[in-house]
Amino acid sequence: MTLLFQLLVNGLIVGALYGVVAMSFVLIYKASRIVNFAQGEFLLIGAWTCWWLLTHWQLPFWIGFPITLAFMLAFGVILQIVVLRPMIGEPIISVIMVTIGLSIVFQAAMKWMFGVFAKPFPPIFASPTVNLFGLEVQTVYVMSLLISILIMAGFGWFFKYSRTGLAMRATAFDQQVAQSLGISVRHMFAMSWAISAMVSAVAGVTVGVVNGVSSALSFFGIKVFPAVILGGLDSVIGAVVGGLIVGVLENMAHYLDSQWLNWGNMYEIAPFYVLIAILMIKPYGLFGTKDIERV
Amino acid sequence: MASVSIIPSGDYKTSYGSDTTIFPTRTSRNFAILGVVLLLACPAFMDRYWLSLLIQISYLGIAALGLNILVGFTGQISIGHSAFFGFGAFASAWLSNSVGVPVALAIPLAGVITTLVGLLFGMPAARLKGLYLAIATLAAQYILQDFFARADWFTGGTAGTIAEPLTIFGFAFDTDERFFYVALVALVVMYILATNLMRTRDGRALVAVRDHYLSAEIMGINLTKYRTMSFGISAFYAGIGGALYAHYLQFVSVEGFTILFSIQFLGMIIIGGLGSIMGTLMGTAFMVFLPEAMQALTKLVSGTALDTALNLKDNIAFLREMSIGLVIILFLVFEPDGLAHRWKQIKAYWKLYPFSH
Repeated sequence: MTLLFQLLVNGLIVGALYGVVAMSFVLIYKASRIVNFAQGEFLLIGAWTCWWLLTHWQLPFWIGFPITLAFMLAFGVILQIVVLRPMIGEPIISVIMVTIGLSIVFQAAMKWMFGVFAKPFPPIFASPTVNLFGLEVQTVYVMSLLISILIMAGFGWFFKYSRTGLAMRATAFDQQVAQSLGISVRHMFAMSWAISAMVSAVAGVTVGVVNGVSSALSFFGIKVFPAVILGGLDSVIGAVVGGLIVGVLENMAHYLDSQWLNWGNMYEIAPFYVLIAILMIKPYGLFGTKDIERV
Repeated sequence: MASVSIIPSGDYKTSYGSDTTIFPTRTSRNFAILGVVLLLACPAFMDRYWLSLLIQISYLGIAALGLNILVGFTGQISIGHSAFFGFGAFASAWLSNSVGVPVALAIPLAGVITTLVGLLFGMPAARLKGLYLAIATLAAQYILQDFFARADWFTGGTAGTIAEPLTIFGFAFDTDERFFYVALVALVVMYILATNLMRTRDGRALVAVRDHYLSAEIMGINLTKYRTMSFGISAFYAGIGGALYAHYLQFVSVEGFTILFSIQFLGMIIIGGLGSIMGTLMGTAFMVFLPEAMQALTKLVSGTALDTALNLKDNIAFLREMSIGLVIILFLVFEPDGLAHRWKQIKAYWKLYPFSH
């Protein structure tokens, strides 16, 4: 029973991170209708940058981390301007392939620069575990959960009250209308990529602190698909819910598997079976808007 | 119009027959035959390394053609092609090892089995399109990859499986020189089949589904049928390609059929040109020679400051991986219609030479 409970907690923590990454994925999709297959590489690049600053330059975490975020901000903007802007108006296969190409390039570049082996972050917290409701939980897990909740709340505030967030929602709703209201759609596109890259980097650093940094991080970018499809491709709330469900689901599948089925590897694969099932039953997800086509 | 030997300077076609003919002029047909004859002579003067590259081009080219029928002609997206390629390889090996089917029969049978698997995963394709389909095939890729690692009876598990060499009437095609002919025959047959498919009613229906599926449906084309069919055809080609691969290498390992391989297939058809049959072959050749070019490039700069700074020798694998991604991006940004389009432009230039402007 404790194992089940532990797995549930694990699932929620990992799921919250999935939710964060899924949210930044949805942000790009909503703003610019681009499916970003390189989302996982944002995590990877962010984590490696932070790791490099912390170990190579021996910077303390509270300096290295903001620098990482600033770098990712610039990175997202440049990426959008240089690679994605020429792709506006191209067929969907081209756009998908460009992001896939980017993901290959970044992944290989990261392996080239930092090697293929997982490298641990220098310890950030004084005590490795804290006692939470009678359960020994690793401090980094608590931190990761707190960060996830913080980011989600931040997103909520950003889209509801801030000027930029409202402008972004207007862009997502209708680009022409937004433009006629004086919103620079190009800025919004660049901004959405920048924010997405930044938030993904936060998630990347968090996972890196917990598990060490390696190219396995980019698998988050793939795991995001079940989450966003479950929640609905263009729903931020759906992304969070989908992320949590996928996180819990894969841990439950792992539990089922280890207790009774013994098929092995269910942790990795279960979300994809669910993905296919959802696509068959309800392709627009729980919260997504259904496309209505008119001729 | 088959009597014309050079390309006319304008469109003088007077019948549907002359519009859909494979070879517009006598010269182009003669050149195609000459090309095949030259290829037949290849084993006489090429060393094994080059032959192995050419064999690679043929089995990859067959599989890539299947993907092009799906993506380029029908407008469906698949990111799981290498899984079907792998399935064909394992199916053929399994058929000849465990069931005892002779290899010459196992290869087409493997194609058929892969078609069935493709149809199974193509079922969502009947309902989905665009990026939803892309994501569904991504899931198919991981599910099949997991299946390969798990199904010991079928794939030999992590140890992989041995595949018998192709034998016809006691003659074993087990060396590169011999297998080259098998690969070449398969390549020519599969490409002619695809070319002819595109000239039939079904082929035109596929193109109509791609161009505007709503109009196609209104014209009475059964969308579900043709989308699923296109998935099946694509899986069939992948299966045949995979089976040839298995009996060429005579060993299939479960690790090879990753998502990167699928992306390489997509890269081939994008570089060659979506919706172009000859382009597929050009793109495949490009993709096969790309790592060789990278190798040559590294050799060229070895010993210089650049080499020591980047440590190229140990990182050649990453350089190759990066070059695949880079080439895909560059082609999409600068030449989205691929090499086939370039080739057409060259032909158009010479058609009106010297008055091309």
